[in-house]
Amino acid sequence: MKPAPFRLHRPASVEEAVTLLSDVAEEGGLILAGGQSLVPMMALRVVYPPDLVDINAIKGLDRVVADGGRLTIGATARHAFFHRPVTTNRLGELLAAVSRYIAHYPIRLRGTFCGSLAHADPASEWCLVAATLGCGIVLAGKGGRRRTLPARDYLRGAMTTAREADEMLIEAHCPLLPEGATFGFYEFNRRAGDFALGMCLTTFAVVDGVMTGVRVGLGGIENSPRRLAAVEALLEGRAPSAAVFRQAAAAADDGLDPMEDPATGADYRRGLAPVVIRRALQFASDKAAAKV
Amino acid sequence: MEAFPLELCVNGTMHRLEVEHRKTLADTIRENCGLTGTHVGCEHGVCGACTVLVDGAPVRSCLMFAHQAAGAEIRTVESLAGADTLHILQTAFIEHHALQCGFCTPGFLMLVVGAFERDPDIAGEELIELLSSNLCRCTGYQNIIKAVRSVATDLAAR
Repeated sequence: MKPAPFRLHRPASVEEAVTLLSDVAEEGGLILAGGQSLVPMMALRVVYPPDLVDINAIKGLDRVVADGGRLTIGATARHAFFHRPVTTNRLGELLAAVSRYIAHYPIRLRGTFCGSLAHADPASEWCLVAATLGCGIVLAGKGGRRRTLPARDYLRGAMTTAREADEMLIEAHCPLLPEGATFGFYEFNRRAGDFALGMCLTTFAVVDGVMTGVRVGLGGIENSPRRLAAVEALLEGRAPSAAVFRQAAAAADDGLDPMEDPATGADYRRGLAPVVIRRALQFASDKAAAKV
Repeated sequence: MEAFPLELCVNGTMHRLEVEHRKTLADTIRENCGLTGTHVGCEHGVCGACTVLVDGAPVRSCLMFAHQAAGAEIRTVESLAGADTLHILQTAFIEHHALQCGFCTPGFLMLVVGAFERDPDIAGEELIELLSSNLCRCTGYQNIIKAVRSVATDLAAR
């Protein structure tokens, strides 16, 4: 259970990091951020990168700033940074609620928001947030090369993204929630801190008694989190109620392609999908009704 | 494999070492610094036996490489007790029978000490969630929870 030998590089700036990365990426060199997924995989010899570019010594890379209608999250901002709301916009409360479901406290003190997006585990809570809210993912290459991809184009499958091997994910842009928006998050797993077997994030506003701007994202069930257009269409413009939630959640089944693993069959996850959707919707609706 | 020079500050003492890049902080603390209070269990971040404080943050030292801790202040279980006196949390663990075999104990102690330094108001469900971070296969957790609760106020005040 010891990682294979590698060279550790500790650059002091993003430019230095991407220059180093461009030199070592072809041979399998990787960025090391919080290391809470990568280092276990190295210990298990699932991966054995010959070079690691450790970005933890880059000053200012952990900044989180709300400005211009969005929250900018730097590459080394840790999960635990979101334990308390980082903005008075409802997004701060949403991120705080979701952060508590990520692994355990010591893992959250090291692991990073952007690292989760780079790793793209199907059970990643932050990937679900990115897919549901439509985050922008900023990728940096050598020589000042930058591109920003919407989450739906960036996330390509289990542990698969549109990032090129010589690109570093330097920040994520998360849109602030509209005025009056509520949110609901529900995750099911067998033990606290385990990988999610199924989870749902939803946001909407209730205007004149009906739901508007409805977003419903499903994670942990398929190999990549995504918004469910059919479910959203059945909710938009309707008054929130348990019956409406039940009807809408049932629409998730059409075209659903659940994962299976040795402990959990695809049918189990298929059955879980409408449950987590209903519970997230109910949570959001209760929150809106209570005006908290 | 080539070892590289590393200065590591553990419990206020500077250790001048030669360490491979791939060596974890946990193994370095034990083998190079000779501080074997930090235990190595699963070696992939699940069990928490290797929890130490890095600049005050309780982290899995098996998921950090020693060279990443250059310039940081590291605290291990050896830093808790004074010459003749145990830390209040260590005393509480004894009084509440919060350990049997004791393998997980250093990790739990550092987890709780570090967490209360950062978030002194941890209580209720949040405390239970915190203690679920580490594995104990002897106690069933109830006595660990009792021990921590019995000194929570004192820990928060420190």
